[in-house]
Amino acid sequence: MNIIVMIKQVPDTADVKLDPKTGNLIREGIESIINPDDRHAIEAAVSLKAASGGKITAISMGPPQTIDAISEAMGMGVDNAILLTDMAFSGADTWATSFTLGKAIEKIGKYDLVICGRQAIDGDTAQIGPQVADYLDIPQVSYVCEIEEIREQTIVVKRRLEDGFERIECNLPAMLTVIGELNTPRYAHMARLIDACNDKVHIKEWSSADLGVQANEVGLEGSLTHVVKTFAPKFQRQGETLEGKPKEMVSDLIGRLKENRLI
Amino acid sequence: MTVWIEVDLCSGCKRCIKACPYGAIELKEGKACILERCTSCGACLDVCKEKAIQTDAEPRTIPDFSDRKGVWVFAEQRDGSLSRIALELLGKAQDLAVTLNQKVSALLLGDRISNLSGTLMAYGADNVYLAEHPGLKDYRTNAYTRVIEELVNQYKPNILLIGATHVGRDLAPRVSRRVGVGLTADCTELTIDPEEGILLQTRPAFGGNVMATIANRYSRPQMSTVRPGVMEVLETPGNKGDVIRHEVKLKEEDIGTKILEIVREEKKGVDIAEAKVIIAGGRGVGGADGFRVLEELAILLGGEVAGTRIVVEEGLIPVGNQVGQTGKSVRPELYVACGISGAIQHRAGMMNSRYIVAINNDPRAPIFQVADWGIIGDLNQVVPEMVEQLKEDIKGQV
Repeated sequence: MNIIVMIKQVPDTADVKLDPKTGNLIREGIESIINPDDRHAIEAAVSLKAASGGKITAISMGPPQTIDAISEAMGMGVDNAILLTDMAFSGADTWATSFTLGKAIEKIGKYDLVICGRQAIDGDTAQIGPQVADYLDIPQVSYVCEIEEIREQTIVVKRRLEDGFERIECNLPAMLTVIGELNTPRYAHMARLIDACNDKVHIKEWSSADLGVQANEVGLEGSLTHVVKTFAPKFQRQGETLEGKPKEMVSDLIGRLKENRLI
Repeated sequence: MTVWIEVDLCSGCKRCIKACPYGAIELKEGKACILERCTSCGACLDVCKEKAIQTDAEPRTIPDFSDRKGVWVFAEQRDGSLSRIALELLGKAQDLAVTLNQKVSALLLGDRISNLSGTLMAYGADNVYLAEHPGLKDYRTNAYTRVIEELVNQYKPNILLIGATHVGRDLAPRVSRRVGVGLTADCTELTIDPEEGILLQTRPAFGGNVMATIANRYSRPQMSTVRPGVMEVLETPGNKGDVIRHEVKLKEEDIGTKILEIVREEKKGVDIAEAKVIIAGGRGVGGADGFRVLEELAILLGGEVAGTRIVVEEGLIPVGNQVGQTGKSVRPELYVACGISGAIQHRAGMMNSRYIVAINNDPRAPIFQVADWGIIGDLNQVVPEMVEQLKEDIKGQV
């Protein structure tokens, strides 16, 4: 079984803080990590390979530093990796990103499964998996929470819904986007991780020229959506702090709730 | 492409610094300076009054979309009942359609669901595109994508809104790629730009730390998924419209997926997205004992108990009752936040509540900034006191 795993390196948004004066993001000292959902995608690929053999190729688009995420994926058991890095790729929206990743997967060639995380924590769009699937013209199952069985030409998985789940049989090759419930990712194997750092045999860098794409098809120029502005969320209200002993504050509050017909 | 600053033209006004989503511009010796982490996204280009920010990218021409008309809503249904999000989207669509002087249409796909058309009209649809077929009974990616692709190509809408549910987030990106348009995910605010007449799509990014407004200038329809629980439902009683039937031709072998089984897991209590009163607990509640008191308060006020990510992770409340960026957005009449500090990720999910009460012992907790009424104090005293006084109240009325 040949598996392609799409991963993204992201800033750890749990650490992100706003500068109270300017309202801008404080980026210094924020660690870059493999996107959490994508770690589950890597784990899924590695355990599928353990069960039924094959090869795993990781693919990631990003600046040269993305090599850290790729090394870690190699440490977890990925066989080969492709880093899509080129100034021309930067500023891409999901339209341009899914095109670039789709082109790269076509160049890789034969595959049975493409797996990625449901969404990345920096954008939370959950668009890339389905958009790449459409580009490749293969069926998809998103929100996968369990892989039940691989049959000859299909895969049986559970897809998480808001109020339950559905069991789906999907033709291969297929795209799966996975959620945390699926598995517990393994840690990267130290020795493999270090080897990966200088591994030019299994890790390749591809540019826009390698993919045979034009600058106006990728990155900002190839994007269909654009950020017009960004701002810090404003939630302020004209709040009032109630005063007195707990008993007094509570009766004050209940009075106000009644006044506003809330009770 | 690259972006650079013509230092001689820069007036040091800092507009670009504010506009940069990546914090990649700094002021050095009174002039803007682009840092290494610039992604060339171009967000700074238009805000510079001095035209000091330059790019080697060729200017793009915006195609003529004047033939594109109509605000479309995907009316999600499951098992033959409409999802609440369908009505929320129709509420927003009415608002956009009035500004644009265009019509609202609902897309209704399923099997034997034509009876839902009337409801869609009573909530704002001027007409309903109806696609009925046994193969559309339950949502499947390729089947639904195919039908919507046909409808979009035939009728050429201006805007297409889809709920950011597990179905919508599977369907919308697939449709967008298929019909060749951009897509903005999980929007919490949609408005029409008064000058350009385009849809401005605002959404949280970086885990809710930043709001980004996104435009979709180069393709139609302008597509967004919209977060459930954010838009208001607007009834339009007596509204009548046309049902336009779409002939569906589906071949099972083109769909690629088969649903073997759908399992609904039983839910306890009311969906918090629809609750009128929510009593929410955070880390400060302490543990299961603390939540029992909140439970008691919720019963007295006729509400539901909800909480932050932390208390969900600790297993104190079910996942479905998590409020915030990674949980649900809620807009009850009354939201009582107990022992919640009010991290931005949490506030993003509850800021649309009509009235907010905050109870916390830390006067600097950010939750107080969004509260209508704040009580600074130990919630282990305050909440039982509320329960006590409300019980007295009820006794007094009997």
